[in-house]
Amino acid sequence: MGLDVRLPLGLLFVIIGALLAIFGAVSDPSIYARSLGINVNLWWGLFMLVTGAMLFGLSRRQDAAMCSSEESPEGAAIEELEQVRCLEENNEP
Amino acid sequence: MNAHLTVIDWMIIAVYFGFVLGIGFALKRYMQTSTDFFLSGRSIPAWVGGLAFLSANLGAQEVIGMAASGAKYGIATSHFYWLGAVPAMVFLGVFMMPFYYGSRARSVPEYLKLRFDEKTRAFNAISFAFMTVVSSGISMYAMGLLLNLLLGWDFAVSLWVSAGIVVLYIFLGGLTSAIYNEVLQFFLIVFGFAPLVFLGLKDIGGWDGLRAGLTTVATSQGFPANAWSSSWSQMANPSANPMGIEWFGLSMGLGFVLAFGYWCTDFLVVQRAMAANSMSAARRIPLIAAVPKMLFPFLVILPGMIAIALTYAQGPARFELPHNPNGAINYDLAMPALLFHYFPTGLLGLGLTALLASFMSGMAGNVTAFNTVWTYDIYQSYIHRGASDAHYLWVGRVSTIIGVALSVATAYATTRFNNIMDMLQLLFAFVNAPLFGTFLLGMFWKRATGHGAFAGLVAGTVVAATHHGLSLSTGSVPGLKGAWIASNIAYTSEMAQNFWTGIYAFSACVIVTMLVSLLTASRAEGELKGLVYSLTERPRSNEGRWYMRPVTLGLVVLAASIFLNILFW
Repeated sequence: MGLDVRLPLGLLFVIIGALLAIFGAVSDPSIYARSLGINVNLWWGLFMLVTGAMLFGLSRRQDAAMCSSEESPEGAAIEELEQVRCLEENNEP
Repeated sequence: MNAHLTVIDWMIIAVYFGFVLGIGFALKRYMQTSTDFFLSGRSIPAWVGGLAFLSANLGAQEVIGMAASGAKYGIATSHFYWLGAVPAMVFLGVFMMPFYYGSRARSVPEYLKLRFDEKTRAFNAISFAFMTVVSSGISMYAMGLLLNLLLGWDFAVSLWVSAGIVVLYIFLGGLTSAIYNEVLQFFLIVFGFAPLVFLGLKDIGGWDGLRAGLTTVATSQGFPANAWSSSWSQMANPSANPMGIEWFGLSMGLGFVLAFGYWCTDFLVVQRAMAANSMSAARRIPLIAAVPKMLFPFLVILPGMIAIALTYAQGPARFELPHNPNGAINYDLAMPALLFHYFPTGLLGLGLTALLASFMSGMAGNVTAFNTVWTYDIYQSYIHRGASDAHYLWVGRVSTIIGVALSVATAYATTRFNNIMDMLQLLFAFVNAPLFGTFLLGMFWKRATGHGAFAGLVAGTVVAATHHGLSLSTGSVPGLKGAWIASNIAYTSEMAQNFWTGIYAFSACVIVTMLVSLLTASRAEGELKGLVYSLTERPRSNEGRWYMRPVTLGLVVLAASIFLNILFW
């Protein structure tokens, strides 16, 4: 399956993190009374941004691309068993 | 309690919905065969499957319910994790996955067909398909009510919008879509709730402050001082702990029968491991899931404990749990109320997104399990055999829509016939209680036969119902809570009653299965290869680094779980 899940994962957290951090930087400090005076939007947004960027970076490396079970010797052997049991007879190309 | 959302909160929610649908559209072109749609083409890497395995179980009801239990029972709620789930997940990965994955069954009921016979499969498949639809509907109902209460959202709108989104992304991307969104949801829950734990703990004065607060909670309800802050030390006597259970019923009922029954046989979670891209990945999926599972009590139980400690705190009131109209504390609101108390706008949007995500992926988990069991185990087996693969792929897509439609209908029915839904859930609990006995004997005793398994399942279900009909917990009225035959057995709590129902059902199932199996003809050993432990070649598991080997990984996870039990003894 061609889509590495870390790509949408990274992008989503980069966007949400950036939204939170920017909002935290410009928002009225008085709204942080409830969060014990900590600007949680800014700090947590930055943290999410960095995590998202890391995940995005990992997805750009090709090492862990998803491969189907037939591509490993062990998986191919089990696929054979499946044919014997007639579970996937119609799957042959 | 009514929160005010601003533009930034809505933007975060909208971005999330955009990604959910985007993943569905991006995966559409990879859905070529029915195996792609129902089993992700068996191409899921271990870590992705592991996080999805964990998230599939992490519906909104679980998140909210665990925080509620944290407030009600304290740290003893962690038994659901450190005594129940984690050992069961290790057992699944080390001992059971070789048969599920190696037999190449495409669903849990199909394994029962390969190992036993047609009627055992039919019994399991039909009850499971029915159960997923109904429980998904009931949780939709609960979520619709909650969103209405918290944010004033219209019940019908929350229901139809979330159902529509789930249908669309599963229709397009099948199981892969569900799994990817579950991974997204896992991270969202961590990002959404971690700041809550941080702020709550900081506010109450760390673990020491929390423990002091929980002492007040315990003593003012007449329990020993550490009843809320220690998980085992008050388990000798059922009246000394808020759960009302003693250590034996807890360990056997929850730790063995119910937790193993759920984690090792429920297709909703096992499906994620069956979609793995290799045997070794399939075995590592539950083990990888066990690592965050072990840490989740700190994320979902701790907020409940903080909420109850703050509610009982002396001095000027900082935070108080909302009350029901009858004056009792509404424990179910522990998590959302705390969220609204500490989170400013912005972070509040993220917290709500995490809740919505767990709501939708809980539904998606049910739907993907339903469409697979319906298509393979009911439609292909009994209605239309031997059609082309494209036909079954089409049936899978259609049954996705039908499954969600039935769930929505159930949600509406629940608003009118609440009691019928409670009765249905009770019925499922009876059917599920003995299941683990059947799988245990099926996988580890080659003499177990199809007739034996079927008789055992029926006997276990009957015993579960009978025990429930004869027992009652303190303070409950006869009826849905038990004693609908006669009130002969008394329990200190409903939880104790449930655990013992499980113990009796499991024992009955094992005994009857063994007796009937010995009286009926067993199958030829050759046919059971790959299905039973003693007739299957052990998968090689001594390759790669230590964290790549299932047995080693399992031992490390178990040791960590024992350590946590001792730490909070």
